[in-house]
Amino acid sequence: MAAKTREVLLDPLFNNNPIGLQVLGICSALAVTTKLETSIVMSIAVIAVLVCSNVAVSVIRNFIPPSIRIIVQLTIIASLVIVTDQILKAFVYDIAKQLSVFVGLIITNCIVMGRAEAFAMQNPPMLSAIDGVGNGLGYSLVLLLVGFARELFGSGKIFGIQIFSLATEGGWYTPNGLMVLAPAAFFLIAMFIWVVRVWKPEQIEAD
Amino acid sequence: MQSNAYIIGFAAAVCAVCGVVVSGSAVSLKERQEINAKLDVQKKVLTVAGLMAEGESLERAEIEKRFGERIKQRVVSLDSGEYVELSDEELAAFANEAAFSAPETSYAVDAAKHPAAKKAQLTRMPKRMKVYEVMADGAVDKIILPIRGKGLWSTMKGFIALKSDAKTIAGITYYSHGETPGLGGEVDNPGWKALWPGRKAYGEGGDVAIKVIKGKAGSVDKAPHEIDGLSGATLTSNGVTNMLQLWLGAEGFKPYLKRFGGDKQQAAAAAAAQAG
Repeated sequence: MAAKTREVLLDPLFNNNPIGLQVLGICSALAVTTKLETSIVMSIAVIAVLVCSNVAVSVIRNFIPPSIRIIVQLTIIASLVIVTDQILKAFVYDIAKQLSVFVGLIITNCIVMGRAEAFAMQNPPMLSAIDGVGNGLGYSLVLLLVGFARELFGSGKIFGIQIFSLATEGGWYTPNGLMVLAPAAFFLIAMFIWVVRVWKPEQIEAD
Repeated sequence: MQSNAYIIGFAAAVCAVCGVVVSGSAVSLKERQEINAKLDVQKKVLTVAGLMAEGESLERAEIEKRFGERIKQRVVSLDSGEYVELSDEELAAFANEAAFSAPETSYAVDAAKHPAAKKAQLTRMPKRMKVYEVMADGAVDKIILPIRGKGLWSTMKGFIALKSDAKTIAGITYYSHGETPGLGGEVDNPGWKALWPGRKAYGEGGDVAIKVIKGKAGSVDKAPHEIDGLSGATLTSNGVTNMLQLWLGAEGFKPYLKRFGGDKQQAAAAAAAQAG
């Protein structure tokens, strides 16, 4: 059991990363990673939704009629996302404003629904919760790496604190404008996938 | 295989539970969210008024104190420039956002009759707007006007602050826009915003003269009516120019601004000269 728990928790970090291997949920990974702060809040929001939806689906998994299981999962996820959005607006208003529609779009994040359907429907609540944390962390890991690189090279800052002094303010660093645009996230995620697959060649798909 | 009755019952139960959770959270958090939204506007107003530093984080009580002490909210009728008398509750409840959309408080922009609004690409214009007067020693020190207009991608919303002569710009800020980060999004850049104070909004003839040009404008003395363009963002820069043409012009706050500076100030200067 302990080994299984660890596997469920840690596997999604590198061995079965939802973005890296499963290539799920990259739309939001492009949109919210221009700054580290928004990346972190988004990560926490996704982990919270993922854990709660996994547990909720797992608890009622034996009662859900198979013919309507997808819509039931979606209803649960959508409700949780709305609640998360309300909480963010009430407690971290500035960041909620920056995240804008992307919190709402967690509903369409394939990781959440993918885990509900693939894992929570077959496993008990505790294990499903751990699976939610694991996959959420896998998603967060990529988000944070991308957010770190984009904020540092795109605006010379980390958490809004100037690290590289900018050329426009008399320093030496000319910000890389590409980094703050969406394509940069594609390049960075691709590099992440590349590095992981060099390290773990078994992830390379057959042609 | 379950019966249809079970499936329908199950679906209804899930909906009921989810409905309670969603509406429960929405209702219980509503008050906090409204306070946040109000504080956010107050912060923006204080920042453009120079009563709070950019990015400074203040306690809620401090923000409310500064706002309450120094800022006077007024609702202005755009075509006459007169103040609209409202009770305190009505004044607090008046939201510029709602004034733009509600049919009874706004009008549809007609390209022939409202060229400036058309140019700023607004489809509806409000009849009344809330403005903020910054008070110092019982007199109006600065005037803060809401502005909005289309940039490249989005409707940019912000405030412009004018000094008490109603001609000299004291500051500008945008609180909501969706322009390209790093290009048009630089309307947020403190360095660019710092170019505005001291420039003159109106030319000799009284027309709105301030505009964002291509390239560098130079110092306030050399180019009192020009602002550096945002490089790589001509359409956003034009959007800023167009919205100032609208809001500082006759379709916007010009009738209201007439009550400041101008004659009153000249009269005061003349009186001072006579006394001297």
